[in-house]
This record gives sequence, structure tokens and C-alpha cells, in this order.
Amino acid sequence: MAEEKKKRLVMIASKGSMDMAYIPLIVGSTAAAMEMEVAIFFTFYGLDIINKHKYKNLGVAPLANPAAPMPVPNIMGVLPGMTMMATAMMKSWMGKQNVASIPEMVKMCQDVGVRFIGCQMTMDVMGIKKEDLIDGVEIGGAATMLDFAAESDISFLV
Amino acid sequence: MSATPDKTLDCKGLSCPEPVLKTKMTINTMKSGEILEMVATDPGSANDIPAWARRTGNEIVESKQEGGVWTFLIKKS
Repeated sequence: MAEEKKKRLVMIASKGSMDMAYIPLIVGSTAAAMEMEVAIFFTFYGLDIINKHKYKNLGVAPLANPAAPMPVPNIMGVLPGMTMMATAMMKSWMGKQNVASIPEMVKMCQDVGVRFIGCQMTMDVMGIKKEDLIDGVEIGGAATMLDFAAESDISFLV
Repeated sequence: MSATPDKTLDCKGLSCPEPVLKTKMTINTMKSGEILEMVATDPGSANDIPAWARRTGNEIVESKQEGGVWTFLIKKS
């Protein structure tokens, strides 16, 4: 409740596909709306979720994903254009349910005060600069994340 | 309805997590004791809005469902 110490949630976002991007953004924005303190630590491919050159175009790969939205056998996922097709189908499902886009979800997270931390080391490894990320992202390492996580009530990896 | 809402929020057609986010943002603009009427068509709202209210200390004064439309009267704490 409001008068107690705030609950705290930390998530590590390590995947950059569209479905895996929604999870920390939906859970994070909702937790903040429920008056929890929330941080998302973006590492490896998870950095794409807050990369302003990429976050509008996250995809869904059907290859090695038997649950992917594809009308053809999964092995066909190796063919050119299949990732684009699966992505288009997923986007169409999301649109039919009127689910907010990834950039809209990122904005909503920031509006409700979700803290975004970009992993310095993986940014260096992958050649991503702070300017490539959306505004309002802090840059830090494992210690920054753990300092917040040590006092957290809920934590998980996506 | 037993209480007169001070404000109404239409979340019809929106999916999770937007009804909860918009409810929170609207409640933030209101005064303690005021009543928000929130209307949604997302079936998840049936459980999500009460869960949100429990966690934030706001009170659901009344809730009803009619033909796939959920209406909540929420009193700001």
C-alpha cells in the first residue's frame, strides 16, 4: 500500500525480438502504475528495445520457434523473407487487439517513471553509443543494476 | 450508480496494459476522495483494476459488467 515502503521490480531485458520486448515494457509500466519502483537493465540484444534506430522495427523470427505465427512448416523459416512475414503477422495480431506499439510502450514506461539502464559493456561490444539510444537512458554496469536489485522484491530475466 | 463520478475515463478498445496506465495517470490528476468512473472492454480489466486498486490503496466503490463493458467507480485515496 501507498504508505509502506514501495515494492521494487527489476528486470533484465536481454532479447531484441518484438515479443520479448513487450514483456519488460508491459510489466514495467504496469508495476510503476501500481506504485512500484521499476528498473529495466537492457543488455545484449535487449538494447534494441531502446535503440532509436531499431525499436520501431523489431521482428519475430520463425526459425527455431515452433510457436511463431507462420502458416508454413517451421523449417521454411530459413527462407528469405520469412522473418519479415512472421513479423508482419505478429504486428497484425497486435493491431487487431489494439496493443500499443513498442515505441508507444517505451514512452508510456518513461511517463510513469520506469528507470532505463543501458549496459555499458554490451554497448561497447556491440558498437552502440549513448546517442543511439532514446533520451532518458542511464548508462551503467552490473553493479548499477545489482545496487537497485539488492533491495528489490521481484526480479527476472527476459 | 450510487456515487456521482467527478471524472470519466473511456478505455474501451484498449488492451493491457493501457487501461491500468490511463487509470493511474487520471487518478494522479484528481483530489483525494474524488470518484473516477472508468469504462473498459478489455476482459483483463475485470481482475487488473481491482489488483491495481489494492496495490495503490484506492477504493473500488462499485463495479459492474454489461455486455462486455466493464465499469468501475474508483475513489481516490
